[in-house]
Amino acid sequence: MRYLFVLAGILFVTHKTRAQSAEALVQKVKAKFEKIHDYEADATLKTNVSFIKAPISNVRILYNKPDQLKIINKNGISFIPKGSVNMNFGGVLINNSDYDVIDAGKDGDGLRIVKLLPKTDTADIVLSTLYIDEKNLLIKKSKTTTKENGTYELGMTYGKYAEYGLPDKTVFSFNIKDYKLPKGVTLDYDEGLKKNEEPSKNKKGRVEITYTNYVINKG
Amino acid sequence: MTPVIGVQHVSKDFKEVKALDDLSFCVPQGSVYGFLGQNGAGKSTMIRILLSLIEPDDGEVNIFGLDLRKNRKEILKKTGAIIEKPDLYKYLTATENLKIFTVMSGMKIPEKKIMEQLEKVGLAERANSKVKTYSQGMRQRLGIAVALIHDPDLIILDEPMNGLDPQGIADIRNLILHLSKGLKKTVFVSSHLLSEMELIADHMLIIDRGKKIVEGNVSELLNPKETNVELETLNIQESISEIKNSMWANHFEKAEGGKIILKMDSDLIPQFIRDVSQMNIAATSIRKKHSLEDYFLSLTAHHDVSATAN
Amino acid sequence: MFQLLQIELYKIFKRPRTYIAFAVISAIILLVQIALKFGGEEYVDLMMTGAKETFDIPVHQILNGYLVCFIILNLLLIHVPILVALIAGDVVAGEANMGTLRLLVSKPVSRVQLLAVKFLASSFYTIVLLIWVAVLALLVSIFLFGTNQLVVARKDEYDIISTSDVLWRYGAAFIFAGLGLITVAALAFMFSVFADNSVGPIVATVCVIIVFTILTQLQIPFYDQTIKPYLFTTHMLGWKGFFYVRGEEGVTIEGSIEHFSQIIKSAFILVGYTAVFLTIAFWYFNKKNILS
Repeated sequence: MRYLFVLAGILFVTHKTRAQSAEALVQKVKAKFEKIHDYEADATLKTNVSFIKAPISNVRILYNKPDQLKIINKNGISFIPKGSVNMNFGGVLINNSDYDVIDAGKDGDGLRIVKLLPKTDTADIVLSTLYIDEKNLLIKKSKTTTKENGTYELGMTYGKYAEYGLPDKTVFSFNIKDYKLPKGVTLDYDEGLKKNEEPSKNKKGRVEITYTNYVINKG
Repeated sequence: MTPVIGVQHVSKDFKEVKALDDLSFCVPQGSVYGFLGQNGAGKSTMIRILLSLIEPDDGEVNIFGLDLRKNRKEILKKTGAIIEKPDLYKYLTATENLKIFTVMSGMKIPEKKIMEQLEKVGLAERANSKVKTYSQGMRQRLGIAVALIHDPDLIILDEPMNGLDPQGIADIRNLILHLSKGLKKTVFVSSHLLSEMELIADHMLIIDRGKKIVEGNVSELLNPKETNVELETLNIQESISEIKNSMWANHFEKAEGGKIILKMDSDLIPQFIRDVSQMNIAATSIRKKHSLEDYFLSLTAHHDVSATAN
Repeated sequence: MFQLLQIELYKIFKRPRTYIAFAVISAIILLVQIALKFGGEEYVDLMMTGAKETFDIPVHQILNGYLVCFIILNLLLIHVPILVALIAGDVVAGEANMGTLRLLVSKPVSRVQLLAVKFLASSFYTIVLLIWVAVLALLVSIFLFGTNQLVVARKDEYDIISTSDVLWRYGAAFIFAGLGLITVAALAFMFSVFADNSVGPIVATVCVIIVFTILTQLQIPFYDQTIKPYLFTTHMLGWKGFFYVRGEEGVTIEGSIEHFSQIIKSAFILVGYTAVFLTIAFWYFNKKNILS
C-alpha cells in the first residue's frame, strides 16, 4: 500500500511538472510569434475541393497582428474558405491567456501535443490542439474546432523562415457544406454523362498555400 | 419543218382531278399559237409542263426538237415566259429584278442592254423605283421585259392581257405581232380574250376538261363552209313559225333574245335573204356570225360560259 | 454557281426583315449587359449558391466580360434559332408566296443547284448573325466588364478557367454553335420546301425548337433515357462542353476538355441531322409540282 502512495505521489508531481512544461512551451512559441507585427508574402494557392476545379493562383497574403489576415488574388479568382483568418496559425496563441493549456503527451512523430481550452463560452473556438516541435519551437500541426465553421486543420512545413515561426507551406483542411445549386441555373450539356468521382461523399476541402517570399515587419 | 413544240399524249392527274387527258398538239415555228379553254380546262397545267414546273404522268414533250426531260437547261435558255400574273421581287427595283433574272437565264447581258429593254417596255423613267410602287400594267410590262431580256426563240404567255386597260391590251397585241411577224419568234399564248386572240393567233387549240377539242389554223376554223346566220325580227314567234314551216326548217338552231340562229352553207345565204323577204318575217337584220367566241362557245356549250368577250 | 449564290445573298440582305433580326439580337444582348451591369452581383450570388456557405466569393472578379458572354450565350439558346428560322424558313416558301418561285424554277438552272444556293445563302446569313452575336456578346462584354478568369457553374461543380485559357474556348464554342444553328437552318429550310407560305415553316421550326428544348432541359429520367439523347437540341448545347475542364486534385488542367469525345459525337449527330433534313428537302423539291 505504501508503495502505491509513493507511486501516486511521483505521478502527481510528474504531471504537475509536465503541465508546467506545456504552459512554458506555449509561452515560448508565443514569444516567437509576438516578434512579428506584420508580414506580406507572395504565395501560390491550390484548392482541392470536390466541387471546384481551379487553377493554382498567385496570391498575396497580408498579415497584421494579432488576427488580421487577408488573401488577395489580383489577377484571378480564388475561393477563400470562410474563416480564412483561422489560417493564421499563431492567432490562437496570441490570446492564450484566455485558454487553459493541457498537456496531451506526444504523438508518434515525437511532436508535443498541447490542448487549449477556452476559459469562457463566448469564444468561437471550442478546442484547439497544437502539435509542437519542442526543439525548434514550431507548430507543425493544429486542429481547431469552432462553433461557426466546424473543425479545421492546419499543417505547416518550415524552411528558411523557421526562426520567425513562418512556414513555407500551409495546408488548411476544412469542412465543406453540400454543393447545391437551384435547378435551371446551369442548363448543363453533360447531363447523363458518368462522373469520374462521387462529389457528395467528400466532405472535406483543402487549401494549400506555398509561400515564396516574406516581407516581415515592414510597418 | 420541225414544230417548235411537240406534245404527244400528255396526261396529268392531281389526286382525283384529271387535269390533262391524252393531249397532243404541235406548235409551228414562227407562229402565234392560241391556247384556249375555260377556267379549269388544263391550260395552266400544260404551260407549267412546258416550263418544267410540273412533270407529266404520261407522254412526251419536245421543244426545239429536244426531249424536255433530258434537255431542260438547253431548252429553257431559249425560252421566255410569263406565267399568270408576273410576280417579281417587290422590294427590289425594276433594274435589280432584270439583273437577277438575266443571271438566272445563264446570260451575260451588259447593263446598257438592260436599260434598253426597260426603255422598250416604257419603264426607263421608273427603272430605279421599287416594284411595289408599280401599277398592274407596269408590272405586266416589266414581266415582259424579264421574259424577253435574253432574246428567247420561244415565248410562252399565260393570260398576258389580264388586268390591263384597253391601251395595255393593244400594246400586248402589237408586241406579240411584232415578235412573231417582225422577229420571227414563236409565241404560245393562252388567253380568255377571244376577240383579241382572233386578231393575233395563226393557230389555235381549244381544250376542255384536259382534252383537245379542236386544233388548227384559225382562219380555216373560223371560216368553215357551214356558218351561223343570225336573224333579228320584230315578230319573233311568227318568224319562228314561218321558218319551221318552210324549207329552212332543218337549218333552224335556236331562238334567243329576239334573234333566230340558223346554220347553213355560206353559199345558201343569198337564197335565204331572198326567201325571208317573201315570208311574214319583220326582219330588221341578217348577219353571218362566226366569231371565235361563237366557235368556242359552240364547242364548249355543256359548261357555263366564263370566257370573257371584248 | 457563285453568281447564283451572290443573287441569293443579295435578295436576303436587301430585305428589311433581315436587319430586324440583327436589331433584335443586338437589343437582347444589350439589355442583358445593362441588367448585369446593374444587377450582376445578385446573379453571381445566385450562381455561387453552391459554394457561398463554405467560401468567401469574390463577386466583383467573377462578374467579368467572359462570364457575361457565357450568360448571354445561354440565354440566346431560343432566340437565335428563331431568327435563323425567320430567314431559312422563308427562303423557298417566301418565293412561292411572292410568286417568284415559278419564275426561278422555269429558268435554265437545275432544281438541285437552285436549292443548294438557297441553303448556302441561308447558312451564310446564319454565320454572319453568329459573328454579330460573338462581337456583341464577347467583345462588348469585355469592353464593359473587363476580363478575368471564367467561373462556369455546372450542376455538380464550379470550373474556373484561367484568363489565358478562355478565348480559344470561345472560338471553338462559336464554331460549334454555328454548326448547331446550321442544323436549325436546315430544319427550317426543309419545312420551307413543303410550304407555299413562309409563316408555316417558321412557326413549325420554332415549335420544334421550343418543344425539343423543353424536353432537353426537363431532367425527367424517362425522357433522359428515351428521347433526350436523340434530340438535336440536346447536342446543340455541345458548345458548353468546351468550358468543362478536367481537373487533377482540384486543379484545373489548362487546355483540357472534359468530354471532348462527347462533343465530337454531338457534332457528328448535328451533321447527321443536317444531312437528313437536306436530303428530304432536295428529294421532295426535285419532284414537287410548282403550282404557286
